[in-house]
This record gives sequence, C-alpha cells and structure tokens, in this order.
Amino acid sequence: MTGFALLQAVLAASAEAPAGGSGPGPGAVIGWGAGVLGVLGAALGLLLYVASRAFAIKTDPKVDEILAALPGANCGGCGLAGCAAYAETLVKSGGAVNLCGPGGTAAAAKIAAILGVAFDSADRRVSVLACRGTAQFAPAKYEYSGVRDCRAAALVHDGPKACRWGCLGLGTCAAACPFGAISMGADGLAHVAEELCMACSKCVTVCPRSLFRLASEKQTVRVACASHDPGKETNRVCKVGCIACRRCEKSCKFEAIKVVENLAAIDYGKCKNCGACVKVCPRGIIVNWRAARKARKARAADSSPAQEPAEAAS
Amino acid sequence: MSFGLPTFPGGFHPPDRKAPSAGCAIAPGPMPERLAVSLAQGLGAPSRPVVAAGDRVLRGQLIAEPGGFVSAALHAPTSGQVQAIGECPHPAGLRANAIYLVPDGADQWAPGTNVPASEDAVAASKPKEIVEKVRAAGLVGMGGAAFPTHVKLSPPAGKAIDTVIVNGCECEPYLTADHRLMLERPADIVKGLRLLVRAVGAARGIIAVEANKPDAHERLLREVRGIEGLACRMVAVKYPQGAEKQLIKALLDREVPSGGLPMDIGALVQNVGTAVAVTEALYFNRPLTERVVTVSGEGLERPANLLCRIGVPYKALLAAQGVRPGARRLVSGGPMMGLAQWTADVPVLKGTSGVLVLSTPPPPDWSACINCGKCVESCPTYLMPNRLSKLGEFRRFEDMAAHHALDCIECGVCTWQCPAKRPIVHWIRQGKNELRLAKLKAEAAKKKAETPEGVLPQ
Repeated sequence: MTGFALLQAVLAASAEAPAGGSGPGPGAVIGWGAGVLGVLGAALGLLLYVASRAFAIKTDPKVDEILAALPGANCGGCGLAGCAAYAETLVKSGGAVNLCGPGGTAAAAKIAAILGVAFDSADRRVSVLACRGTAQFAPAKYEYSGVRDCRAAALVHDGPKACRWGCLGLGTCAAACPFGAISMGADGLAHVAEELCMACSKCVTVCPRSLFRLASEKQTVRVACASHDPGKETNRVCKVGCIACRRCEKSCKFEAIKVVENLAAIDYGKCKNCGACVKVCPRGIIVNWRAARKARKARAADSSPAQEPAEAAS
Repeated sequence: MSFGLPTFPGGFHPPDRKAPSAGCAIAPGPMPERLAVSLAQGLGAPSRPVVAAGDRVLRGQLIAEPGGFVSAALHAPTSGQVQAIGECPHPAGLRANAIYLVPDGADQWAPGTNVPASEDAVAASKPKEIVEKVRAAGLVGMGGAAFPTHVKLSPPAGKAIDTVIVNGCECEPYLTADHRLMLERPADIVKGLRLLVRAVGAARGIIAVEANKPDAHERLLREVRGIEGLACRMVAVKYPQGAEKQLIKALLDREVPSGGLPMDIGALVQNVGTAVAVTEALYFNRPLTERVVTVSGEGLERPANLLCRIGVPYKALLAAQGVRPGARRLVSGGPMMGLAQWTADVPVLKGTSGVLVLSTPPPPDWSACINCGKCVESCPTYLMPNRLSKLGEFRRFEDMAAHHALDCIECGVCTWQCPAKRPIVHWIRQGKNELRLAKLKAEAAKKKAETPEGVLPQ
C-alpha cells in the first residue's frame, strides 16, 4: 500500500510539473522513480524471502540425492510416474532399489548406498518370457488373418492359439521394446536378448497374455509356462505346458518350487538354482539358463574387451 | 429404386444374396441331444443360474436370473434334465459358462406358461405390468446386440419417448429371418408394437421396412391400417439402414448425440423379432425360448429359416441343412457385422439372427492407405475411418479417442469398400478396447496413489 501511495504521489508531482513550471525538474522525477522502485523491489524481495522460509516444504535430502543418481529419463519403467515419484516412494515406503532399467546396476548401487541397504551390484534384472509353445507344440485353433498385433488378435475369440495362456507370436512386444532386445523367432515365439534388455518393463505391460516378468539375471532356473488350466486341458492344447504333475515339487531339496493353481512356481528366496527340477520335468518347461548366461558373458568379453571394465564395475 | 425414400447419409448397398432363403417358410429347427444355454446372452452382466446339475426342468421354467439390472433371465428351452453347468464356447468369444440341458423329448411347458391370456386382460395391463412381464420373459433385443428389452423400456425420469420404431429393415446380406416373420406373423408384430407403445407411453409407432421387401411392407400396411398412431414406412435399401441410430435419422430426422442413446432424442427401436416375443410373452405367457435363425450361405446345401430353440449348437443346424465341400467360414450373424467362428460347438443365443457358411477365402493382405476417401464418404456416423485406421496401425489410441472412435458402430462399410483392403474395423475395435483398458488402468492407478504403502515390489 505504501508503495502504491508513493507512486501516486510521484505521478501527481510529475503531472503537476509542466503546468506549475516551478516543480522539480526531470532529474528529480527520475531520481524519485528509481528510489520508489528500488524500495518496492527490496520490500517485495524481503517478503518473498520470508515466505520461502516460513512456508518451505521440508523434503528428505535423500529424495534429492536419489533423484540425482537416477538418469532422469522419466520412462515409468519402475511402475511409477517418473523418477521423482520413484525416489519419493523409495524414501517413504521402501522397495526394491533396482527397478530403474535405464539406470541399471550403477544407479541401483548408488541408491542402495544412499538408503543404506544391501545390494548385490552384480545383480541385473531382465525380461523373461513364460512360454515355450511354438507352433509345433501348441497348435492354433483357427487361421488368423486380422491386424498383426497380439492385442488385436486377443480380441478375436481369445486369440488364435488353442492355449489361452500362450504366446500369440505377432510381435507386439518386439515392436514395443525401445532397445531392440526382443525379436520374433521363426518358431513364432518372442526371444529376449538379455544383454540388450534394460528392464524397462514395456513388454510386461504390452503383452495381452502377461507372459513377461522382470527377473534377476542370476535366477537362471525359470518356469517357461503360464497355463493355469488343469493338466488334461493343457495337454490337449500344448505339448510343452505345465500339467501340474508335481514332480518338480518332490525333487526340490529346498522346498523352493510349488505347484500353485496348476502351475509350477519358484520361490527365489529359497531356490539355489541347482537344476534338480529341470531334470525331472517331463514337459521340459523348467529351463536352466545358466549355460546360456555363461556363454553370453564369454561372448561379450571376447567381442568387446573395451566394455569389460564397465561390465565388471556394474 | 430407392430414390425419394427416407434414409441416412453415407452407407452403401452390398449384394444382398437373400434369394436362397427368402422363399423358405419358417420351419422348426432340429432338437439336438444336448442344448447349451449360455449365461452370457449379450451385453451386460451374465445371468446367475438357479438350477443345478441333475435338476429336471420344464420348458419355460426359469433356469437363470438376471445378474444385474442390465442382464436378462433365462428359461429352459425345452423340458429335460440339467446335465452340467460349465464352460462353453461363445459366438462373441467371451469366456462364459452355459447350462447344459438334455431334452427328454416331451417338450412339456412349465405350469403357468403357454397359457393364453384374454384380449381384455392384456388390454387392461398397465405400462409397468407390461415392462415387468417383458423382464420376466427374459426378452432381449433380437436384432443382434441382445440388449435387455426391459432396460430400454425403462428410461430414466425426464427422458420421454414419443416414438417407438419396430425395425424390419434387415439390411445385412443373406439374412431373411425378419423378412419371414413379417410375412408370416404381421398381426403379432403389430400387437407387439402396440404393447411397446403403451409400455413407454409413446404417441406413435412406426414399422420400418426396406424397399426390397414390398411383400412384407404390404402385409404390415394392411395390419396397421385404421389403427391410430401406427404407421408402416418403407425406407431406402441401403446398409446399415437397420442400425438403430441410422434408422432414427431416416424416419425422424433426429440424430443421437455423440456418446448418447436413442432415448435422449425420444426414440425407441426394437427388432420385429422382439415385437413378436413381446406378443408371445403378454398374450401367451411364453418366455423367450426360441427364435428364427436364417441358416444360409454358399457353403450350405439347403438354406432355411429355422425356428430354433435357444442353445442349439451350430453343428446341429449344419448337420440338418448339409454343408457343401469347399465351405470355408462359419459366421454368426450377418456377413457385415457377424463374427467368424472357430468351432461349430457355439450355441444359438437370443441375439443370433443368422448362421452362415461362406465359401469366400480369408481377406488378402492389406496395403497402406491411399487416401481415396471412400470410407469417409460412406461412413454413416460421419467419422474419418482413414485417420482412425492409421492411428490404430501406429498404436496412437489416445488420438483415436479424439477422432471419436467410440462413436463407431462397427458396421463395416469402410472396410468393405477399402481398395487397400485395410482391416479398419478391427483397428477401431482394438482402439476402443485399448481406451477402455487405459481408463481402467488410470482408475486403478488413482486408487493406488491414495495408498502409498507397499507400492513397489520388495
């Protein structure tokens, strides 16, 4: 209010000046103007300073630290709306530190250090497909000639595959993968190139059959079937589907594998990746990827020695 | 031929191929060894069974009650024993259970059903009683969508219906079930229309017949002559003239607003089959247990119009009418909007107007849109199918919503005419589904955001 009154006074003075002829000269008007604006600026600046102190929202400095450790891509791969949301949620309610695909293990290790939790820096998450039903083993129930997209095909009588759980093979995941890590094989299944996978979970979201999940690269024993149908029905529609025979359950010394709702499920908290279940599964749906992983690591080391230190560090 | 007759903008006339079955009088359909009455008859919630395996039921007895307001009751199509309640393939690809019924051959009506009511008693029934009887009889729209009739007859307060239209257009190629009904039971159609007019308190009732069925028009005209407020109008021969919104546009020159319903503009449309079913329910106390199904197509030996029990599997119809070698596709409904089937185990539903066996090969591969604009010119809902197909192809589903994909009636005019053979309707259907899923996901995310604990996996 004071500022406004002052301004009015100045305006009045300058308006009077030419009329009276004996008022303050132009230099005085400029001086007055500069003075008023200066005072105004200082007053408002002080007000803003006080307000920023008085009404400041107190944030945990850890949130900012985590945010700095994240790549800032805001891709949403962690399942939350951007990096800030992930950082806040981690600090507020905890959770896995390695959900950031683009940040990879480096970001995860930093976050673990900030939060003071343990994290195995050699652990990496990759996308895993739970189906082995190629055209040879899992036949189609009809000839599909519509839009070449699994999500569109799933609208037509539950998809062309006789098994209603299996991979439709039209490559919607491959199209959705931003890193070119998924390719459609000649066998009609999606294949994940684990070295390219950034665990962004785009494929997890886009698959109409929800066949992808993000798994630790170290969990090499995996169930490659998603069918919850009873064994008889599964047997009818697929030769490589889980028939819930429970032989894996009996073979496991660590009680890590259980058949739940007609499908073998591994508890990775207990699994030692020994591969006993892999040997007894009559349908070959439990697969040990250890050899493939080793071969891949060896290949990566051979072909690009320059990248080796980075890999070792991560 | 159709100049000067009322119609809607857009659309086209495909070869109608009605000749093989148009001359066949309605004949009784086969009674198979086992009926499968699907609990999902159409739109809305599935019905809840009130019988168990082993129960003996009589024809017309209630076997499943509505699963919600937008749902219909089911009645035993014949007398017999309930064998099981289990999964059954569905013509629309839904995962739904069915009540399996083994007929005993006696076809005995349940007590209280199939009892003629006197003209006076029907004339004295109040609008609410008519709606209640329609609901109890399990009536649904028999043109194809199978929307529960009592829901259409119960508009919310403030929405007055002034015109009831009985739809006898039957614009889909091959189908002749409605045509035969109009020829053989014109009096029952008019009775049904009068009941519908009374049920909603409308001022007038119109029966609409496409100009390619002059014989049906003439018969209905004779029936409505002298009855105040009723009329029988001829409309242009054009697909999709029988679509609800397009028929209202043709007859009343009113347009249903985007996202709205016919009741918003004071109109109610019912199929001729539904009108007959209303008459059956009110005058004879017969719940809906059968309907006329056109069985036709080049792949069939003897095309026919059969009065089929609800729940007859398609394979029984095919066995009765004979399938020719070279038959390639089995379609439920008409060839434009009907759905190709992968198994003949699917049963006849209350909304099944036709079962077609076609010998046409599957559509060829499509190419890029050439922007010829044929689809835009002929779209009866004024959409831009060319844009929608491209947006669908590149998975830009949100942009599809901005281009009013949700107003598409999936009539197939664009796809039929597309010189690049693009599966436009399939993309639009996918887009609609993606938009629905995105909405669900957004709602779930909103709920999740309100409870921050345990958001992330451990």
